Amino acid sequence: MSKIDTILLAHGGGGRLTHELVAEAFLPAFSNPALAALSDSAILAELPPGRPALTTDAFVVDPLEFPGGDLGVLSVCGTVNDLAVAGARPLWLTFAVILEEGLDGALLHRLVAGAARAAAEAGVAIVAGDTKVVPRGKGDRAFIVTAGLGVVPPGRELGDRRIVAGDVLLVSGPIAEHGATIVACRHDLAGPGLRSDCAPLASLVEALLASGADVHAMHDPTRGGVATTCNEVASRSGLRIVIDETAVPVSPQVASVCEVLGLDPLYIASEGRLLAWVAADHAGRALDALRAHPLGAGAAVIGRVETRAAGRAPVALATAFGVERPLDLLVGGEVPRIC
Amino acid sequence: MCLAIPMQVKKRDEFLGVVELDGVEREVSLMLEPDAQVGDWVLVHAGYAIGVVDEEEAKATVALLREAAMLVGEA
Amino acid sequence: MITRRELFDPAAVAGLIAEIRARAAGLKRRVTLMEVCGTHTNAIAAAGLRRLLPDTVRLISGPGCPVCVTPVGYVDRAEALAARPETTVCTFGDLLRVPSSSGSLERARAGGADIRVVYSPRDAVGIARANPGRTVIFLGVGFETTVPTVAAALAEAEAGGVSNFLVLAGHKVMPEPLSALAGDPDVQVDGFICPGHVSVITGWKAFAFLPEKFGIPAAVAGFTPTDVLRGVLDLVGQHVDGKAEVHNVYSRVVTADGNPVARATVDRFFAKADAVWRGLGLIPGSGLDLRPGFSHRDAAAIPVEVGEPEEPAGCMCGDVLKGAIDPPDCPLFGTTCSPATPVGACMVSSEGACAAWHRHERLMGAGR
Repeated sequence: MSKIDTILLAHGGGGRLTHELVAEAFLPAFSNPALAALSDSAILAELPPGRPALTTDAFVVDPLEFPGGDLGVLSVCGTVNDLAVAGARPLWLTFAVILEEGLDGALLHRLVAGAARAAAEAGVAIVAGDTKVVPRGKGDRAFIVTAGLGVVPPGRELGDRRIVAGDVLLVSGPIAEHGATIVACRHDLAGPGLRSDCAPLASLVEALLASGADVHAMHDPTRGGVATTCNEVASRSGLRIVIDETAVPVSPQVASVCEVLGLDPLYIASEGRLLAWVAADHAGRALDALRAHPLGAGAAVIGRVETRAAGRAPVALATAFGVERPLDLLVGGEVPRIC
Repeated sequence: MCLAIPMQVKKRDEFLGVVELDGVEREVSLMLEPDAQVGDWVLVHAGYAIGVVDEEEAKATVALLREAAMLVGEA
Repeated sequence: MITRRELFDPAAVAGLIAEIRARAAGLKRRVTLMEVCGTHTNAIAAAGLRRLLPDTVRLISGPGCPVCVTPVGYVDRAEALAARPETTVCTFGDLLRVPSSSGSLERARAGGADIRVVYSPRDAVGIARANPGRTVIFLGVGFETTVPTVAAALAEAEAGGVSNFLVLAGHKVMPEPLSALAGDPDVQVDGFICPGHVSVITGWKAFAFLPEKFGIPAAVAGFTPTDVLRGVLDLVGQHVDGKAEVHNVYSRVVTADGNPVARATVDRFFAKADAVWRGLGLIPGSGLDLRPGFSHRDAAAIPVEVGEPEEPAGCMCGDVLKGAIDPPDCPLFGTTCSPATPVGACMVSSEGACAAWHRHERLMGAGR
């Protein structure tokens, strides 16, 4: 049984309580030799051949625990997925937490367990970490910052500049499940089928690439959802993306939450979904590869890439009724609308 | 104005009800629609049931839309 | 029960469009139909319905977005109230980014004010109950549909002894501005698509004055693409047949008399008052203020310093709200005024005519 029932300022002070916290909360959960050495830097094995990829992300979420995940799970998945969609095989993660004085120790244990579970699933090791505690009222219970190091294997070339007109856009499953679940929690909506999609995408990406499909670029539609990611891609590639409204998979529960709160699922975050731009004649192969993986069972072709035309929106939605409308960048955050 | 969504009453206890749409539930007040019964579809706006959906009229609407759809099918 | 699939059925939409086209062939001139509900505005734009209608049917948006017609002075007051000590302001998300004279509620929140977005006025009563030491002010913005929910929250606060729940009343009602528009010689509207959810409360009879007093046909319609198109079809048909009546094409939820319980609840707390509409000015009897007996619930009675409100210069929202111009006809549209940097009221809310046009119809070579 853990001795840590409440986080105290001293847990971040570097003294005995800090050591106790590391020994009780982090080491057993993340168990690996590089971390266990507790040196100033983790000394790692030599990198496999390829180009190293490095990314970092800060995680805040309210509520800290939600159906399908928690802040810990999210902090690992987010960073693993940023590596994976760049074509890198994720290897090592760092894990820094900023805790608010008074945080429930059991909650911390659960968040750490969530991170450990996600890391194991992704096949990465959490090899370095840090803990700071801020006085009560100076933070919102817990923030986590992770960084991830991975390697892009030789010969793997992915990027928005590789996208060409004629490519098709695939999504690995129903969209917006993470964001819809979070906003549902905040506004007292609940349902058995409503859970965050957060998951590490590394093995799904490997399965897709192993299929031999000519994948040009990948992204994970997190903040701002599919519409925002497509706008970023359209802007970087100089191309136009048309999404087919009727082809976008949205679960009935997510559609329901969005309808009740006046939100558009195309602008809501996923944390375990993949967008892939694939050569048109490889779409079938890519789709089969995604669908053969448990995380890609609901994969679908949702759009196509066109050349940019003057006076036309860079990202458009082809509605069910045979007309197109622009999909702009979201202005500000999505808030429930009533009027 | 005024986003309002039809949801079905699952439970009621005095003026509080639980309504559901496609597996998603929320507590709403039935104070403005005190006659709503379990099983009724109510129109939910800002956490309140403000109206009841008339089943017969809904069926009539469905019939009308099917007719409209047929129009194109035959054209 | 009728489902989303049926209401959004592309075949039914195509069928209704075909019917509208066939009926519109009998029109002697182009007709302008005005909807007066932000949810209509959004539904029409999101489905791209304008581009499906024949050229002889023009759809325009009237003053149906409650956020858009809320005057700057109201937001200034809300901001000033939020700056008071031990005060929490609760609002629907729609109001958060509306420009005030000097910023917005969103900016005020960033500056330290306790401003919370709620889904329901009941949630605000809950916050008040949980924080007895704070004054919790709900920003009461909205039309006939929303006012009953605020009144019901007040009833709950009264019954439960939640004395720290207050309302800043900025509610508005529809018939008065519609009368003003219908009677305005500068405004050419050949038919009104009347707001379905307002009618759930008021009953469709509340719009009978449009044909009776002004000779303008009206159709009470719902909010899915097929609902809106049925409204259009009805109005086109009325024109071809030379009729001017009020028809209810949203009969699955709208009745002739509406919801009397909701109206009585409103009546207990609120009384008609003159109100200022952004873009339209003062319209007598178009607002709802708290009755004197409930002054202890009235946040407007709290003295705060509010300067002279600054309405944005060069903005043609008034003309957009009257349907005199389409949003792109305003020189600010898409240049200095966009959803990211809204100048005028109609660009502020996602339901505003300009915002909906900017999001959904721009860069599509849209027909009018």
